Amino acid sequence: MSFTPLRDDDAEREPTDKSAFTPGIEPQATWCPGCGDFGVLKALKGAMGDLGYTPEEVLLVTGIGCSGKLSSYFESYGYHSLHGRALPIARAAKLANPGLEVVAAGGDGDGYGIGGNHFIHTARENHDLTYIVFNNEIFGLTKGQTSPTSPKGHKSKTQPHGSAKDPVRPLSLALVGGASYVARTAAVNPNQAQEILKEAIQHDGFAHVDFLTQCPTWNKDAKQYVPYVDVQQSEDYDFDITDRREASAMMHDVEDALHDGEVLTGRFYHAPDRPSYGAEKRAQGDLPEDPLAERYFDDDADWERSYDLLDAHR
Amino acid sequence: MTGEIAWRIAGGSGDGIDSTSQNFAKALMRSGLHVFTHRHYPSRIRGGHTYVEVRADDEPVRARGDGFNFLLALGDSFARNPKEDAYYGNEQAKPLAENLDDLREGGVIVYDEGLLDPSVIDDFDERVAANDWHVYPMDLRGLAREEGREVMRNTAGVGATCALLDYPLDPIKELMGDRMGGDVYEANSHILDVARGRANDFDHTHDLRMPTGEHETDQVLVSGSNGIAYGAIDAGCRFVSGYPMTPWTEVFTLLSQHLPEMGGIAEQVEDEIAAAALALGASHAGVKALSGSSGGGFALMSEPLGLAEMTETPVVLVEATRAGPSTGMPTKTEQGDLEHVLYTSQGDSCRVVLAPGNQAEAYEQTRLAFEIAYDFHLPVVVVYDQKLSGELRNVDAAVFDREPSPDLGAALTEEELSEAAHHAAGTFERYQHDAASAAEGVSPRSIPGQAGGRFLASGNEHHPTGHISEDADNRVTQMDRRLRKLDAIRERLDDGDTNQVRHGAADATVGVLTYGSNQGTVHEAVDRLVADGHDVASLSVSDLMPFPATEVREFLDSVERCLVVEMNASGQFRGLVQRELGAYGDVLHSLLKYNGEPFEPHEIVEGVGGLDGGDPATAGTRYVPAGSD
Repeated sequence: MSFTPLRDDDAEREPTDKSAFTPGIEPQATWCPGCGDFGVLKALKGAMGDLGYTPEEVLLVTGIGCSGKLSSYFESYGYHSLHGRALPIARAAKLANPGLEVVAAGGDGDGYGIGGNHFIHTARENHDLTYIVFNNEIFGLTKGQTSPTSPKGHKSKTQPHGSAKDPVRPLSLALVGGASYVARTAAVNPNQAQEILKEAIQHDGFAHVDFLTQCPTWNKDAKQYVPYVDVQQSEDYDFDITDRREASAMMHDVEDALHDGEVLTGRFYHAPDRPSYGAEKRAQGDLPEDPLAERYFDDDADWERSYDLLDAHR
Repeated sequence: MTGEIAWRIAGGSGDGIDSTSQNFAKALMRSGLHVFTHRHYPSRIRGGHTYVEVRADDEPVRARGDGFNFLLALGDSFARNPKEDAYYGNEQAKPLAENLDDLREGGVIVYDEGLLDPSVIDDFDERVAANDWHVYPMDLRGLAREEGREVMRNTAGVGATCALLDYPLDPIKELMGDRMGGDVYEANSHILDVARGRANDFDHTHDLRMPTGEHETDQVLVSGSNGIAYGAIDAGCRFVSGYPMTPWTEVFTLLSQHLPEMGGIAEQVEDEIAAAALALGASHAGVKALSGSSGGGFALMSEPLGLAEMTETPVVLVEATRAGPSTGMPTKTEQGDLEHVLYTSQGDSCRVVLAPGNQAEAYEQTRLAFEIAYDFHLPVVVVYDQKLSGELRNVDAAVFDREPSPDLGAALTEEELSEAAHHAAGTFERYQHDAASAAEGVSPRSIPGQAGGRFLASGNEHHPTGHISEDADNRVTQMDRRLRKLDAIRERLDDGDTNQVRHGAADATVGVLTYGSNQGTVHEAVDRLVADGHDVASLSVSDLMPFPATEVREFLDSVERCLVVEMNASGQFRGLVQRELGAYGDVLHSLLKYNGEPFEPHEIVEGVGGLDGGDPATAGTRYVPAGSD
């Protein structure tokens, strides 16, 4: 057996030491001081430790941009892929080996711009993945251009007269796409961030976390995302996160509020009963019961032959 | 010509021309003949001139022939409105009108007089007389209506064909019996009998008869798409991802139907970027994976293709080319994507490209593609075309009687991983941990989930652990190691059975050089030339990258002049040969065809004649002598 037997995803696990997710030689991250990306890294390590995972069980697939560097600073199996293409790589890896805990991550340009098509379809198919989108409302690594989530009127070197476009509505897009868990958190709220990531990882389906990550270098006039409000903690908001219509209305308000300077975070939609894509596929016999990847290491596996298909050609 | 029959069934798209021809071809194969089909169809679901040729002989048939000698012209049920004639011509008449130019002298015409009126065709009677055609008008539609249902007019046409060629109905009926239920079978069987009877009422003035033959071994009727899909299955491929596009759809469909039944996974996804990226994801996770597309879709795969090169993720991508640029002619064949598959994606390309020449090679080389991809950790592209994709040919079933090879190649077990070099930080040095295998450029990989194998795959240049690095020395080391794999692959290919096929005279002075699916047509042309006393030989190349420089150089050195035959307008293969060999500019002449149709043997014969000062070009080809652009 060439794989450590993979543990039951639903089983209760003892917490592991989250420091296992820090590389042996801790890299000096290339993120700027005060960058919200540090908050994602910390929350992810904490969430994985709390949930009892070991680095070998985790595959972290990232896109390109400051956010894509996450896989360089997080100890696990990693795939630092292409701008916008983390999701298709991540979902195939999950289908090939459902025993892996697969997390995909990228920025707002990565996920809502160039990778928008993959975002919609991965949500639609409800793959059992966690997708973290670092949303700083700006292109950071290319030095401050207007991004898909930049507010209308946002001025940058490439939009000198200000953006004439309404920004993407990430939460609404995820909901309409078909995501079965949608949340927004912020780097400035580490406790909530870690809890939301834990829920997202445990969720059996496509969990989308819009993670507000302040960019102190290129989005100086943008907020630090404080003060923030956790809508589940506040008495001002009362909606049922399992009700699609209520969730939709709430998301719309939350997206508008951000551009009025009000940072509303929390869980916005949860459909716990919607089967994941893997479960649907397995139920109709289109996905093997045991991880396909393990079959290649099984010396006793039977491999079908095309020769046995030839009757149709005789 | 020999005693062959080249039967062309013509009608409208959506009229069942394709399935009727397949059944006919299979019946002929079952009764002992060798068969080869050629398909011509429009990019339309309903209507539009379509035909299929079935070429049958008692000897192996390697290609479509020069024209054909038996026309079964059925109506086009979905022909365009006559008001559109100015754009499209008279579609009603096309099944007859469009098929006369290639009909050989002495040929037979059976046309459905219920749907086709020869009086609208210019000089029809004069052409019939001048070419000694033998015409049998039959009301096939009326017959089908009276004796069964109108849709059975194709069956009526087959019945008439059998009568006129003195071919028994039994093999046709037997095949129908395999596929059809009781009532439907009975009705079709009856139509066959009636149509044969009516055709036999004519005085048969023609000489053509179906040849008779016998197969000594078990034969199967397969397309190039079958070869590729079956090669993938036997190589242990259990993951396919794709997006529909003609003609790649055929391989995609086959694998989507078979893989889930074999415990595999098939994914139809949102676009071709995702399709190729999924294949990478599955492969990274330890599964043998394939994706593919045709020209435009393959263009979208450029990004993941480059990522596979940089991250050394094994993957097999197939490219079924069709006439370009852009959407081009979706159902017509071309080899215009050669440079595209060799060089697309940023940076120096580090991939293998194979171009099988026929159905059996499609099977063998797809297996080989997986072997190379997983042993050497790079993308392997199998490039073929609309022609090979859909051509059916009888192949010895023994070709497929092989053991599967699901081996994952250069991947480590957990036991091996525990002994492999790790970085001081504890991370596995996925990219160059093993000095021994690094000589070939390959650094065996771990699979996510394995203990002790953690690493980062990155599209950025990286350190041996996979971590991003822009260090100049490391860059050169990694680049050199990756590219070294191509030399090692060339060596392995040179040590094994060659994928290049030499054919023809031993001491030839004239060469014909080609690649991919032209092989069979070139062989037929060379055989004719040799039989006529010419010293001609051909070399059909399948290894496009890494290029088989030694073999091609030997061949070119052995002849005085060489005709490079390819289906594109700019001589891309000739360009590749010159780029790789850096010489021969004054020896290589081009014969190009890019009208959407594959070569016919006579076109190559005439092209070779051009080397000796004859008129080399035919209506469908272009001749470019050496030294011109």
